[in-house]
Amino acid sequence: MKPTAPDLSSHASLGDALSAALEQWHDRVVLIEADRDRENCRLTYADFKRAALPIAVALQSSAFAAGDRAAIVMSNQSKWLISAYAVFYSGGVLVPIDFKLTAAEHLALLAHAEVKVLIIEYPLWRSTTQSPEFRNFTVAQVLVTEAPKSADLGRARRWEQCTDATKPAFVPRQRDDVACIVYSSGTAGRPKGCMLTHDNYLKQCQSLMTWYPFWPAVQYLSILPTNHAIDFMVGFIGPFVCGATVVHLRTLRPEYLKDAFPRFKITYASVVPMVLKAIEAGLRAKFSELPPFRRWVLHRLIAVNRFLTRSQPRPAVSRMLLPQIHQAFGGQLLALITGGAFAEPTTLQFFYDLGIPVANGYGLTEAGTAVTVNDLKPFRADTVGKPLPGVELRILDPNVDGIGQVAVRSRTVMKGYLNDPSLTAEVLADGWLLTGDLGRLDSTGHLQLFGRLKNMIVTEGGKNIYPEDIECAFAGLAVKEYCVFAANYVWKQQTLFGEQLMLVLRLNPGSEMTSALLQDLRSRNRSLANFKRLSGYVLWDADFPRTASLKIKRDVLAEQIAARLDRNVALREL
Amino acid sequence: MPTLEETLTQLLNLAAAHFQVSATDLNPDDDFFRKLKINSLQALDLLTKLETHFNVELPDYELQGVTDFRTLAERIQSRL
Repeated sequence: MKPTAPDLSSHASLGDALSAALEQWHDRVVLIEADRDRENCRLTYADFKRAALPIAVALQSSAFAAGDRAAIVMSNQSKWLISAYAVFYSGGVLVPIDFKLTAAEHLALLAHAEVKVLIIEYPLWRSTTQSPEFRNFTVAQVLVTEAPKSADLGRARRWEQCTDATKPAFVPRQRDDVACIVYSSGTAGRPKGCMLTHDNYLKQCQSLMTWYPFWPAVQYLSILPTNHAIDFMVGFIGPFVCGATVVHLRTLRPEYLKDAFPRFKITYASVVPMVLKAIEAGLRAKFSELPPFRRWVLHRLIAVNRFLTRSQPRPAVSRMLLPQIHQAFGGQLLALITGGAFAEPTTLQFFYDLGIPVANGYGLTEAGTAVTVNDLKPFRADTVGKPLPGVELRILDPNVDGIGQVAVRSRTVMKGYLNDPSLTAEVLADGWLLTGDLGRLDSTGHLQLFGRLKNMIVTEGGKNIYPEDIECAFAGLAVKEYCVFAANYVWKQQTLFGEQLMLVLRLNPGSEMTSALLQDLRSRNRSLANFKRLSGYVLWDADFPRTASLKIKRDVLAEQIAARLDRNVALREL
Repeated sequence: MPTLEETLTQLLNLAAAHFQVSATDLNPDDDFFRKLKINSLQALDLLTKLETHFNVELPDYELQGVTDFRTLAERIQSRL
């Protein structure tokens, strides 16, 4: 079947579009869930519907009404999608929560979003109930997946025991209604719950599928959890409306990941830059083990492939020139999709030269999934691609090099932050979303990124971290005052590499850094989720500038530090 | 069945050998991500090595929230 972008214009909501897909593709396989070398389940679109409707019955039995919120806290697996469809079918608002956050953070977000239903995996539910903050837990209904038979779930219900075959009512929603509340940050600070509408998602899906079409023969490998914006779009909504198959791999172990490509004849897979680099390192190691002559031949063939694909990818040519590499990836791979963090151009070029394009892009939760994507016409490793159809970009107050803040206008931009109109007003102005990222549009319309205006970092694993969110881990520290910064926010860098967090300490008058204080810092640092930890600290010898209401003037403090301290000397390892 | 202390010692030796550092440099309460300068994928790789050595299956989620050798040893011990 020739790939074409789906026409989603007739659908009012995600529930509507997904329901139509389940009818249209009925007997095709939609989900395969694998764990290591085992296959847990294989569902057709009809099976998927049969599995999801009893979950919708369970939701609706607890007076779950249109606009009510249901959170999912799960790793990468098929029940995530089944549950999400049940929420949309019931007219609910989905709150996808990152399962890698701590139990206390999960509880904080559940409370902020005022969710009525929580759908959660058993190991995560166990940690949640053991958290001291659980005493304030007020969620009305909890469905727990994969609980051992012997587990006492209290008032929570087993997901697998929701088997009522009564047909639940489909609850329609409109395009402008909120479909999801996605937290871009704020687990301990000021929560940023982005309200994304059905229209935001349907528009985003249409745009992405225009450039990267899915069709019924597509096998998409899902290794990112579906709370990740990219996987939600290209590992759920997109493949479903196009009749494709999603393969969930419930482990990130390199040996099983490697096997999954040929085993399932994967067409597309989404990976964060960290995984991309791991695959690159594995391939480079293999190449270096080749005997000299074979290595020489391989490099010549790669050079020929680079020349023949210089204007656009030519999968058939690449597969013919480099058959062993393509067979290792299953022989059907069209592209790896990456985003959520900055991928190194050398890595992108490495894969492209092998005939495996990496569809890198740029996006932020506030703008739906993606704002720009590499259209591969031709491939440009030095950029994050061009604006997707329907997306307008502007560079605000550009400097002499054309670099300024990136602003976005698109139907994919969120309605605003949940319960926070003043924060919303700071980023949404006259229909434009102010991204806080610094970029430049080149003469061909490609966007290049050059760092951030905002005090935050994005890890190689695609996690956004705002310093304010982690300051509470240092409350009560035996110092006069402290503040967390993204180091690149203090010492401006025209790069998105090497981003790290640091703690600025103003010691008590007359005191010095002691080993006890350092030990305390390290111990508190370890209480944070691994990806949120600080890399270093800086000692500062003046009082922090503050507003009349005693808030730290972070921008002023950052300027003072940058003016007086050398990063290489002042930033000490923690 | 080994004691927790024996499991911990074996874990430290395996981690040291896998990441080519001296076992004497590793302590039970060290944050292995920072001490070994590894990311979460490399930590999963270590988990595979531990599975083979201890002959148990350790699902990826056993690493969730674990950053020090001692807690990891406790997770292994509970599955022996």
